[in-house]
Amino acid sequence: MVNRQPIDAYAHDIDEEKQSSVSGGSAASTDKRYSALFSDYEDPNALRRLASRIKDHTLHHLDDYLEQAESSLKRNGCHVHFADTDDDARDAVLSILREREITRLTKSKSMASEEIHLNDHLIKNDIEVLESDLGEFIIQLDGDVPSHIVRPIIHKNRREIARTFQREGIADDYNDDPEAITRRARVHLREKYMEAEAVITGGNFISAESGRVVLVTNEGNSRFGMAPSRVHIALVGIEKLVPTDRDLAVFLNLLGRSATGQQLTVYTEFISGPKDDSQPSGPEEMHVVLMNNGRTDVLASNCREILRCIRCSACQNVCPVYRQASGHAYRSPYGGPVGAVLSPILFGDRFPELADLPKASSLCGACNEVCPVDIPLPDLLLRLRDKAKREHIPQPGDLPMAPFATLATSPAIWRTAMTMSKAMNHLPIEMAPVRPLQDWLGQRTLPEWRGGDFRKWLKKRQSD
Amino acid sequence: MSRDSILSKIRSALADVETKAEHPGFEDAAVVSRVRLGDGSPIAAFTRNFEAVHGRVMRHADPLVALLKEQGRTFGYCDPELMNPLGHALTAAGCTVETRYDRTRYDDYEFGITRATAAIAETGSLVLDDARTSDRLAALSPWIHVAVLREEEVHATLPEAIAGLGNSRNIIWVTGPSKTADVEGILIEGVHGPGEQIAFFLD
Ligand code: SF4
Repeated sequence: MVNRQPIDAYAHDIDEEKQSSVSGGSAASTDKRYSALFSDYEDPNALRRLASRIKDHTLHHLDDYLEQAESSLKRNGCHVHFADTDDDARDAVLSILREREITRLTKSKSMASEEIHLNDHLIKNDIEVLESDLGEFIIQLDGDVPSHIVRPIIHKNRREIARTFQREGIADDYNDDPEAITRRARVHLREKYMEAEAVITGGNFISAESGRVVLVTNEGNSRFGMAPSRVHIALVGIEKLVPTDRDLAVFLNLLGRSATGQQLTVYTEFISGPKDDSQPSGPEEMHVVLMNNGRTDVLASNCREILRCIRCSACQNVCPVYRQASGHAYRSPYGGPVGAVLSPILFGDRFPELADLPKASSLCGACNEVCPVDIPLPDLLLRLRDKAKREHIPQPGDLPMAPFATLATSPAIWRTAMTMSKAMNHLPIEMAPVRPLQDWLGQRTLPEWRGGDFRKWLKKRQSD
Repeated sequence: MSRDSILSKIRSALADVETKAEHPGFEDAAVVSRVRLGDGSPIAAFTRNFEAVHGRVMRHADPLVALLKEQGRTFGYCDPELMNPLGHALTAAGCTVETRYDRTRYDDYEFGITRATAAIAETGSLVLDDARTSDRLAALSPWIHVAVLREEEVHATLPEAIAGLGNSRNIIWVTGPSKTADVEGILIEGVHGPGEQIAFFLD
């Protein structure tokens, strides 16, 4: 058995149907992004740089903006909760629900909640949680985990979904027409919205100045979840702050275009507190849980730029490694280049286990080019590789440099090795002489030896 | 306590930052898409951009009546302030129009007519503000949502719309019908919210 790095093992073992769903889906998103940004703006890169500078400024003053956001949220009538750890965040949500004896709620897609496995925790505590984003709803029915930041079921096809609906009694018969699937979910979910007492959402941005929590969805699920609910809980990472409402113009223009090629996501909701008395529908109470869960470790690291991320998934869509391996290979809610950088630091106690992620990249640079907040993802990946090396985290597939040094310093051995390398692709890997070499070869197809001409030419020249 | 511990962790994380980045500042023009705005009027740009996301723009009751007939939708809600002219025209055409949204019948309403506060030409979006939306659910649960506004309420650009957000507790920008591409990337409209989004301009 070849001992592969975990991410490579995923990429190797992934079933073909799933891999083609993932790579086709992400390639389509990449194309849409490109045409939306480049047809709408003369110089989209100027906009990306502007966004990146605003985020840097915000992160450098995060303490001030967090305090400002807190007072703005309170002024708007929100209850503000701080959660330093994942435990704190789960407890905060649970105690809000318990105090109000709420046992039924819907939830609109939130990566922050995925991070802390909030659903499991609530269900364990006898609270019924229903995911309302179509993709997340299907994920929940299947007991699966999302494989993409924006399109959680990118790895599933319609047949699989139709079978799930039939199995779970969402529908009586099998129908794999995407329209039928959507209508069936519509009927099922709206009934649940109306019964729910609370709704949990994430938050894409919070304006520190006004305390507006900005939430974007295409389906309208957070809007529908909120309308009949008494209590709204927004679970938001502390890095989601922007200084002012005006800054939102920069980020909203970039987010929809980078994620799905839309000028704006269909529903962009600006929420400042519980509903007014004059409005019949909407929560009477609003809670905002500001969650750290490792973000300050990221801020303290030499990869703090990753906190600029607005979770658009553009880097994921464009990444050849993600397209091959799928999101599950990244073993955290964040797949693709953003996950390869963020997860090993955010979940710091899992660093050794996740240290293979930064290595799974060809450093082609495409991720940096598409990132709406201009995060130098390839540089950050290198910094993390360096960290793994400094911390002596052994990786399956690491080829010790000594054999390479021997090869490279001896022309004769080098020549032999190169001409043999093609043959080595056909040899059983187990025949390779040393274990690390087995692992290394197990993950690579060596190119055919095309050299020799230079050597011949030089020899000829010397003898002439 | 979480609050203090987060703040102190942030401060120590930033201790090594020598020069803190300034806010770069920007002109509105830097974030506006000239292409989407075009050279014509804001109304023309709104119409173009809203139709591109499958919204429909109407100015008279007739095309609305025709659409309802075509889709066989006869029962709906109308904000009492919009009965004249819109709700009455639909009643006259044989529809049943209620002016009180009854939550227990959320799934029966086939159309909902509510007031929009504004629109955004650049992005083709409607602005629904709680202060003027008679019931959020009425703008959400029916298959057809008709958002009623006046031409002079259209903002040209997104930054203008942000500047005009005001003090409302809840504002939502709606850029076309509710949609998903979750299943194999195929676009399906009308997921949880309306499958038909109409902007109706009053004279
Ligand atoms: S790192 Fe950049 S491209 Fe990737 S999800 Fe975050 S914002 Fe988008």
